[in-house]
Amino acid sequence: MAVSSTKKRIVIRGGRLVDPAQKLDLVTDIYIADGIVLSIGQRPVGFSDDEIIHAEGALVIPGAVDLCAHLREPGSETRGTIYSETRAAAAAGITHIVCTPDTTPVVDSAAIANLIQERAWQTGYCHVYPIGALTRGLEGQQLSEMYALRESGCIGFSQMRMPVRNHRVLLRCLEYAATFDLTVFFQSVDTGLAGNGCAHAGPTATRLGLTGIPSAAETIALSRDLLLVEHTGVRAHFGQLSCARSVELIADAQARGLRVTADVAAHQLFLTDTMMDGFNSVYHVNPPLRTEADRLGLIEGVRSGIITAICSDHQPHEAAAKAAPFAASAPGISAFSTYLPLSYDLVRNGTLSVADWVRRISLHPAQIIGLEAGSVRIGDEANLTVFAPDERWILTDETLFSLGANSPWFGTEIEGRVRATLHDGRISFRL
Amino acid sequence: MMSSRPPQSLQLDANGRLKHFLTTEGLDKTLLTEILDTAESFMEEDGQVVKKAPLLQGCTIANLFFEASTRTRTTFELAAKRLSADVLNININTSSTSKGETLLDMLRNLEAMGSDMFVVRHADSGAANFIAERVTPQVAVINAGDGRHAHPTQAMLDLYTIRKHKGPFEPLTVAIVGDILHSRVARSLLHGLKTLGVGEIRLIGPRTLVPAHFQELGAKIYYRFENGLKDVDVVIMLRLQKERMDSALLPSEDEFYRLYGLTREKLAFAHPNAIVMHPGPINRGVEIESEVADGNRSVILNQVTYGIAVRMAVLSMAAHTRLNTLTARQPSRLEF
Repeated sequence: MAVSSTKKRIVIRGGRLVDPAQKLDLVTDIYIADGIVLSIGQRPVGFSDDEIIHAEGALVIPGAVDLCAHLREPGSETRGTIYSETRAAAAAGITHIVCTPDTTPVVDSAAIANLIQERAWQTGYCHVYPIGALTRGLEGQQLSEMYALRESGCIGFSQMRMPVRNHRVLLRCLEYAATFDLTVFFQSVDTGLAGNGCAHAGPTATRLGLTGIPSAAETIALSRDLLLVEHTGVRAHFGQLSCARSVELIADAQARGLRVTADVAAHQLFLTDTMMDGFNSVYHVNPPLRTEADRLGLIEGVRSGIITAICSDHQPHEAAAKAAPFAASAPGISAFSTYLPLSYDLVRNGTLSVADWVRRISLHPAQIIGLEAGSVRIGDEANLTVFAPDERWILTDETLFSLGANSPWFGTEIEGRVRATLHDGRISFRL
Repeated sequence: MMSSRPPQSLQLDANGRLKHFLTTEGLDKTLLTEILDTAESFMEEDGQVVKKAPLLQGCTIANLFFEASTRTRTTFELAAKRLSADVLNININTSSTSKGETLLDMLRNLEAMGSDMFVVRHADSGAANFIAERVTPQVAVINAGDGRHAHPTQAMLDLYTIRKHKGPFEPLTVAIVGDILHSRVARSLLHGLKTLGVGEIRLIGPRTLVPAHFQELGAKIYYRFENGLKDVDVVIMLRLQKERMDSALLPSEDEFYRLYGLTREKLAFAHPNAIVMHPGPINRGVEIESEVADGNRSVILNQVTYGIAVRMAVLSMAAHTRLNTLTARQPSRLEF
């Protein structure tokens, strides 16, 4: 199964187009033919549509660019496949996905990078860009063939949350990446401090008797990574921050002129560690849910622009992976479905303008990975999303396309719904 | 815009009766007192526990121990037998149930064998909750210790001991000493003592073993043993596991004993009538001096006896709730 390859003549009618890259915010019609945006506003002479997408009362925005998703293929196809998860992404309004290298085998060879992109291309729901492993096998000892991986489509390199125990090795990795102006994606964590923890080291974990992960596990590693970034001049992106203090460290680095960007997972802006009460393993995530002060600090970081992007940190799991006592369950949230509705809440509560929201979920992430995306330009391939912010729906097996139902919002009513998604001018999702 | 589901009270039925016993947290003073009073009713005048009561005849209790334990398992078994229940002892190698699904399969099998109650010990915090959320409504779950989270029957027997030997809780100062971080007993005691209105709760130990967050649970933290012991009425010593040295939480047993071991000399700082408790098994010369453990202030062996009565109380109360539920559903069925 794949998206139909025929590129229809489509008109998207009556939506509010918000495209900060072009400073556009207007209710208009968009005309698309052969996958290309032909016209905005004016019906091209002789244009006859095959399909009308009604966007009245909805937003039309550049398709979301998600900087962190675990697609699980190759290696863990019971948890997710490129087909299932890119389809879920399209249903969530995502047109571009950056996927992580911690597959089995690891994305440390051109063959695996190519395999992922070919699968994605065959299914045709989303553009998929792999991150390559920073070290071979993510073992933290030898450099990966970053240049070859870059040639095979890897848009950056990451060690994920696996340790590089010897800082000399990490320094060499960054120097090598800087040689070819490659971007390094950090998920900063000191694995020693994190230990076998499964929850934020705070009052809730203490009370429940769960092993804690202190905030310092993130901030100490982040400080070290920033110093090495400064030392090497490498371009760096810090993903899935969880601590308010981390935002200050990033702000400091940006103020010093470092080429540093950061993102946060949408759920970190809404959930805190107190929700683990009752041991519901759906709240077992890594990095852990932290305190209300951290949550507010992260939101302020998003508002001020220190945190440039919001990602989904999508991590689907099979049911059995969560059917265990908290610490024994697998961490992560199946997050595509709630990515836009959750992040849009920052617009609802006045934290962000609609344009700034679009910047955080589309334009900025596109810029971070060096893509000419995040805008609906005449002459470009149409990658866009029709999102109805006021529409309510329930996340159920029928509305969830991901193989993972591990979402805190599964079974609940959600405000804000994707009506349609266009991927290179083809309808990759439609209600 | 979106709210996630709140945790529900798993332990109580619609009428507020004890359905499962998972933690002392969230149970009110009336219920905790009811447990203590019921335990009292199982005590004979000579200080022994009644030898036979027919309360749980025809009831099958499965002791599911995913973590080794002699004392707790034995006292649960004794308690069940004295209530005339049938007991299945199942020791499970944890490695074979590392996947959640296997654990659930095992529960289904035991349910199919007609177990009415599970007494569960597991190395993961929240394991008893996990099981209670998933058993059929006819089965009651009693937590016999889950990770660092809770050990409610141990806490109840400690509370019983305190009430028995020191009277009402309100004027008392209780100190818990040692490895608080890893102690499910300390957590369960903390909730129980607070609910029963104890005057003051102190936690004593080095910072590596006493997380500051316990202050938010209503305890006073002392790092100096002598200061913390001053005028306390009850001293509860916790067992120190040897692994704590390996994981760099303490330098050595010797240094721990010097600083936090309960010797006669240290005990002199407490109230002259203070009692000494320990959940067992004790490490002589590591957390407590032999002369103190065996001395006239020690009630450590009494605790073991009371443990049987308290477990009888909890088992019979949960069984009673269960029976009421069953008879409400099937009026014809009055037996287990």
